[in-house]
Amino acid sequence: MEQVIMNKLGFPILSTLIFLPVAGAVLLLLIGRSRENLIKWFSLALSIASFLLSIPLFTNFDKSTHLMQFVERHSWIPSWNITYYLGLDGISILFVLLSTLITILCVLISWNSIKTKTKEFYISIFIMEGAMIGVFCSLDFFLFYIFWEAMLIPMYLLIGVWGGPNRVYAAVKFFLYTLIGSVLMLVGIIYLYFEAGSTFNILELATKAYPYKMQFWLFWAFFAAFAVKVPMFPVHTWLPDAHTEAPTAGSVILAAVLIKMGAYGFLRFSLPLFPEASKAMTPAMLTLSVIAIIYGAVICLAQTDLKRLIAYSSVSHMGFVTLGIFALNSQGMEGGILQMINHGVVTGALFLSVGIIYDRTHTRQIADYGGVASVMPVYASMFMVFTLASIGLPATNGFIGEFLIILGGFKASQLAGVLAATGIIIGAGYMLWLYQRVFFMETNQKVAGLNDVDAREIITLLPMIILVFWIGVYPDAFLGFMHESVRHLLERVNTGSVHEITTAQNIIGIIK
Amino acid sequence: MQLLMPDLRPVMPEIVMTVLALLILLAELVIKRKETIAFLSIVSVAVVTYFLVGSAGTTFNGMFLADGYSMFFKLIFMLNVILTVLISVKYIAIEKVNFGEYYALILFSTLGMMIMASAGDLIVLYLGLELMALSTYILAGFIRYDVKSNEAAIKYFLLGAFASAFLLYGTSMIYGLTGTTDIKAISAYITQNGLSGNPVLMLSMILFAVAFSFKIAAVPFHMWAPDAYEGAPTSITAFMSVGPKAAGFAVLGRVFLIAFGSVRMEWSVILIPIAILTMGVGNIVALSQTNIKRMLAYSSIAHAGYALLGIIAGTGDGLASVLNYMLIYAFMNIGAFAVVIMLRSEGFKGDSISDFEGLSKTHPLASALMLVFMFSLTGIPPTAGFMGKFYVFMSAINAGYTWVVIIAVIFSAISAYFYLRVVMYMYMKESKETVQLSATPALGLALTITVIAVLAIGIIPSAVINFARSAVAGF
Repeated sequence: MEQVIMNKLGFPILSTLIFLPVAGAVLLLLIGRSRENLIKWFSLALSIASFLLSIPLFTNFDKSTHLMQFVERHSWIPSWNITYYLGLDGISILFVLLSTLITILCVLISWNSIKTKTKEFYISIFIMEGAMIGVFCSLDFFLFYIFWEAMLIPMYLLIGVWGGPNRVYAAVKFFLYTLIGSVLMLVGIIYLYFEAGSTFNILELATKAYPYKMQFWLFWAFFAAFAVKVPMFPVHTWLPDAHTEAPTAGSVILAAVLIKMGAYGFLRFSLPLFPEASKAMTPAMLTLSVIAIIYGAVICLAQTDLKRLIAYSSVSHMGFVTLGIFALNSQGMEGGILQMINHGVVTGALFLSVGIIYDRTHTRQIADYGGVASVMPVYASMFMVFTLASIGLPATNGFIGEFLIILGGFKASQLAGVLAATGIIIGAGYMLWLYQRVFFMETNQKVAGLNDVDAREIITLLPMIILVFWIGVYPDAFLGFMHESVRHLLERVNTGSVHEITTAQNIIGIIK
Repeated sequence: MQLLMPDLRPVMPEIVMTVLALLILLAELVIKRKETIAFLSIVSVAVVTYFLVGSAGTTFNGMFLADGYSMFFKLIFMLNVILTVLISVKYIAIEKVNFGEYYALILFSTLGMMIMASAGDLIVLYLGLELMALSTYILAGFIRYDVKSNEAAIKYFLLGAFASAFLLYGTSMIYGLTGTTDIKAISAYITQNGLSGNPVLMLSMILFAVAFSFKIAAVPFHMWAPDAYEGAPTSITAFMSVGPKAAGFAVLGRVFLIAFGSVRMEWSVILIPIAILTMGVGNIVALSQTNIKRMLAYSSIAHAGYALLGIIAGTGDGLASVLNYMLIYAFMNIGAFAVVIMLRSEGFKGDSISDFEGLSKTHPLASALMLVFMFSLTGIPPTAGFMGKFYVFMSAINAGYTWVVIIAVIFSAISAYFYLRVVMYMYMKESKETVQLSATPALGLALTITVIAVLAIGIIPSAVINFARSAVAGF
């Protein structure tokens, strides 16, 4: 039995976090369809309740250990040796908090914009929330896969039912891309299960040594699932469609949490399970990351659609994340994880902002805007904060993440570091140009006379602004969570090959 | 010479079933309310199930085996009858074929399946198979005034007759080779005489594979299925997509894993291409279907392909996974057909996929149920369909067929497209006309049973898995 810290909070906090939204969704089913106000207020209360419930995680987390905390473990399917096994460490905890926070904002932002099938909409959001938290908490591979796949159903519906004009195409594309990647991982999971002696326990799996050839194939099987989710170049093409066509809340969830799961998968599974293969694949991963950074950024310059531009900027930003992770040093990896949070905050906020103005104008074309700053000054200044954070200006969160990543990237490969840095420059280019076209210049007839943001919208964006500066000014509040876990993970990745080198040296010594 | 009375206890459920089915056939003359007959047939099934418990044993010199394996299949058949009857009651009245024989034929067909599952001898197997097939041919053509229904019956009958001939040919060859038709004795003879590589054995295995492939609708012997499924009364389509398929797998498992158990490597060369083709053709052709019954027919073909992987694995776990799969498939497939049947009303066919357009707006509950069944058929957790596929894939990988599983999961991902299309029509399109649902309490009960089973097995599969495992323990 591996070492973990059992949950000491007096109640199963992780299970509650996963199943409270699901139970809430079931309750929503019982509310009459016509009582829209009740549905909305209930949803808001539910999302706030789960956020408040996740606060104890933040305050009770022991930062001095890499061990899994708040652990719950029950037998589930004994005949396959599957357990219901939940726990958090420094890598996953922030994502749980991000998920619960994002859900509140999604409820708020959809308040007036979702007019049809309101009940089903909120049900989908909450099932989504439960599944997302489940993914980050699972310590059993089978359980993880259940949540990972179950998430597809509500997301498919969110895009396909409440999305834009081309929503059906985007929904199906999203579903098929993700599913094909996932099922290949499933084969890998089952194969690993038998090779490791019939266990799905992630912690136990991560202590074993596997032959390199097997690591190599499984690394790519897992890559299929994670790279699609991230999304890495060249399997990123579902993302612009899905992000663009999804309703605002859907885009926010996609950008803030869902695509983080791919990178999380690399951290939680690919690296610790296949350390040698991961090390050997570093050049390939760094190359793909750099391509994503630059390609995503260049494509952004050519976009005419607001949401599509932000979607492509996600490709670029997630390239930074994978670059940081596969730099395989503590700066890169911590930067990568922090950048995942940052991207969730900033891109989530950008999609929220776009949603706010889309509700007023019902157009996503950049050309339909112009001079918004003079019509909606408060909105414009808020958008400015997120724009600058996205560029990575010092004092905003984007700076810390990208700085750490490039630092780590330089250590791993100077070329990658240099090329990634150019991505930041292009990033400043497309974001500022976007800001200029939308907010400055002559006031477009289509935006003249728009109301500025109301209280609800300000409340929606405020937490994000706080986070932008909080992480930007005092990142250790968040980095502190991950130090130990990252150190432990890097130890696992690096000792594997160190071991190889020493044996090789021994052999040379013997020959001499 | 002393004549010993054979032990009738193991065969009691079949005897009871025969008597009750005959009684129901007679009851039709007296009872005018057909709902009563439907009810009686469910009662009969309950009685047979009562006799099933504790019928374990072997009789007629090993020709009839009532073991855990057959028991599991018989429970699937019982379930199949109950659900089929529940979804039939109003439907056959709408189709104006509300005759008592309908229920009697379902029972006779099920009797045939039960005999197949228990067959310890190839002759008994043939007997059961013919009883099942003949009853189902009639049921497929039950809507006499409908050309499509007639076509379904004729096609099913002609191709079925071919398959029977193949089976007999295979049996006769095996008899010529080993001098016996007893499944265990065949196995013993093959091992003792080292018949591995014998061309006659190979040929007869091919013939068996052909005959059984026909029954489970595996490619390239699937041609009858889409037409038969489309033309047959929808309730019977549901019935025959589950019952005869499960029975086919029962005999497939028995013959290939017991009789030919020692030459597994040889027949896996036959079955692997069949399985891959079945998944491929089933899933890819389903993509372009516009009729929901036809789509479900191709889906049913594809599912036979997945289940075949369990047989190919050739292990106890592989077999248990097939049992598990058939049970889960029964729930989700009949559930889906139950929703399809609801759309059929007086003067409205409701079997085109476009009839589902905007259904979520007018009938949110029915749409939600269909959504669950579609995701389950795709194999997305937390539904039972995922557990079924997972077990099959797991046993196949454990047996070393990882590459076949990779092909299977990719086809499984492709299948998402056509299952989701139904969901897409229901949730993402606006309805052109308002569809009236012909819901009845019986249908509601069937849907409740199936949806609860699909979700429950999807979340806590332990009980079913253990049951399937214990069923094959004494195999």
